Amino acid sequence: MMKILVCISNVPDTTTKITFTDNNTQFNTNGVQFILNPYDEIALARAIELTDGGKGTVTVINVGEPATDATIRKALAIGATDAVRINAKPLDAWYVAYQVAEYVKSNPFDLILTGRESIDYNGSKVAGMLGELLDLPSVSIIKKLDATDTEATVEREIEGGKEVLTIPFPFVAGCAEGVAEPKIPNMRGIMSARTKPLTVVEPAEVKTFSEIVSYETPAPRGQVKLVGADDPAQLVELLHTQARVI
Amino acid sequence: MSVLIYAENAGGKFKKSTFEAVSYAKAIAALTNTNLIAISIGDVAADDLAALGKYGAEKVLNVSNDKLKNFVNQAYASVIAEAAKAQGADIVVLSNSFSGRGLAPRLGVKLQAGVADGAVALPEIEGGKFTVKKTAFSGKAFAVVELTSANKVIALTPNSYKVVEGGAPAQVEGFMVETKESDFKAMIKDIVRSTDKVSLPDAEIVVSAGRGMKGPENWGMIEELAELLGAATACSKPVSDAGWRPHSEHVGQTGIAVSPNLYIAIGISGAIQHLAGISSSKVIVVINKDAEAPFFKVADYGIVGDAFEVLPKLIAAVKEYKATA
Repeated sequence: MMKILVCISNVPDTTTKITFTDNNTQFNTNGVQFILNPYDEIALARAIELTDGGKGTVTVINVGEPATDATIRKALAIGATDAVRINAKPLDAWYVAYQVAEYVKSNPFDLILTGRESIDYNGSKVAGMLGELLDLPSVSIIKKLDATDTEATVEREIEGGKEVLTIPFPFVAGCAEGVAEPKIPNMRGIMSARTKPLTVVEPAEVKTFSEIVSYETPAPRGQVKLVGADDPAQLVELLHTQARVI
Repeated sequence: MSVLIYAENAGGKFKKSTFEAVSYAKAIAALTNTNLIAISIGDVAADDLAALGKYGAEKVLNVSNDKLKNFVNQAYASVIAEAAKAQGADIVVLSNSFSGRGLAPRLGVKLQAGVADGAVALPEIEGGKFTVKKTAFSGKAFAVVELTSANKVIALTPNSYKVVEGGAPAQVEGFMVETKESDFKAMIKDIVRSTDKVSLPDAEIVVSAGRGMKGPENWGMIEELAELLGAATACSKPVSDAGWRPHSEHVGQTGIAVSPNLYIAIGISGAIQHLAGISSSKVIVVINKDAEAPFFKVADYGIVGDAFEVLPKLIAAVKEYKATA
């Protein structure tokens, strides 16, 4: 029986126009739709595939305030067995990893999956931090995960290629595109999500190591310089002499 | 106190992103009035190690140990943390490469250090506060992060800091470490590296295409243009979802973020998710037959035209330019 833990986070949906308030110190959540982090959906789908047909269980864990319960129920609807919410704001990656590690110390798992990064802060840190906190091997960004009873074969991306690794259970991995196709919850899943266990746990005390002090939006670009479709040589000229990029 | 830079090698050779990180780390050492020590792990030639001095390293710790020949993040993190402690380094810098992302978080925990991943500028130190600017919201914004811990780890985004040359060759010394068996549980079975392709996250020029190319069989022109320009190839999400191109080429909010000097987008409309992934590009060129395509709003240069007519002419123009240059 394989026990898999999937770490999930609540993020603004991909069509969101990002703006800030309070003198650029806070993310403006007004009118923003929150979703399950797309990479976490991939991790969850793989976990469900690996445990399908009674071969194991999938627990999802989130560090968040009560508002994230809706996203957690979505993960349950997709097919997780049960859920845990550490009742705290996810202050930074270290804080989140510390909370999850504390939970895992009393509730061990064979495999811990996260998304490769969350699309709001793009840290790619939780998987590696969890590995270090729990003294487990970790691979931060994998694109393939196959498993036998005792070990897994994973592929990780490297510049200009890939590495194939074998790792014994337990270990931690951050899932990227290619690991699995996200699952769409079916009617049965949606119905059962309401009654599947969602346990709320109070956070452990720990100091953060970082804090976001302000945000910036990229400077807007000027008007486009259009070049005639029958004269691309002019574009090459401009890229060389004006833009100086070739 | 000093700054320690992990100089990553690929197959025994340093890459441009490594030299960028060394230059960046040197600037931080100057800012904090300390010295810069580099650490290299693996089989790198003595000349190449000493040459790190050109980018500002005063001393290079060479860890050349059979067990550490190939990258294992758990083991490498142990070695680098030990070096940081031995050298009294409270700031550790590395490149935010794929391997860097496996290393930085583990280093952060070992050193109880705040980790600024994806840094795009030098840190600012004012009134005792140490802040670093990094990308956020998948390229739609920047976040200025304060690292409040005594130790700090900074992972630099490739192609965000210019290489600075000028130092003398560095002094190279062997650094011996005891390794733990338990650090090597992940075993490398195979490394596949195609040396002829330019790596996308490091690329200075990217040629990217979308659904406007109509099918994978039409990618020949994209690859030809990329090869002529020494560029990496990329694609939009629908293209990789359809299996026309590998996921590793998918640029966008849920793909790779790139920061090239030049991004050429062909047959891509410019959805907000794609634009997020390319927002750090210095110059953007858009080729699309639809004059209303949203991509033109963020383009520096554009051609409104059919890719199948424009590309052959553009390829010919680039060949001509290269012949006369």
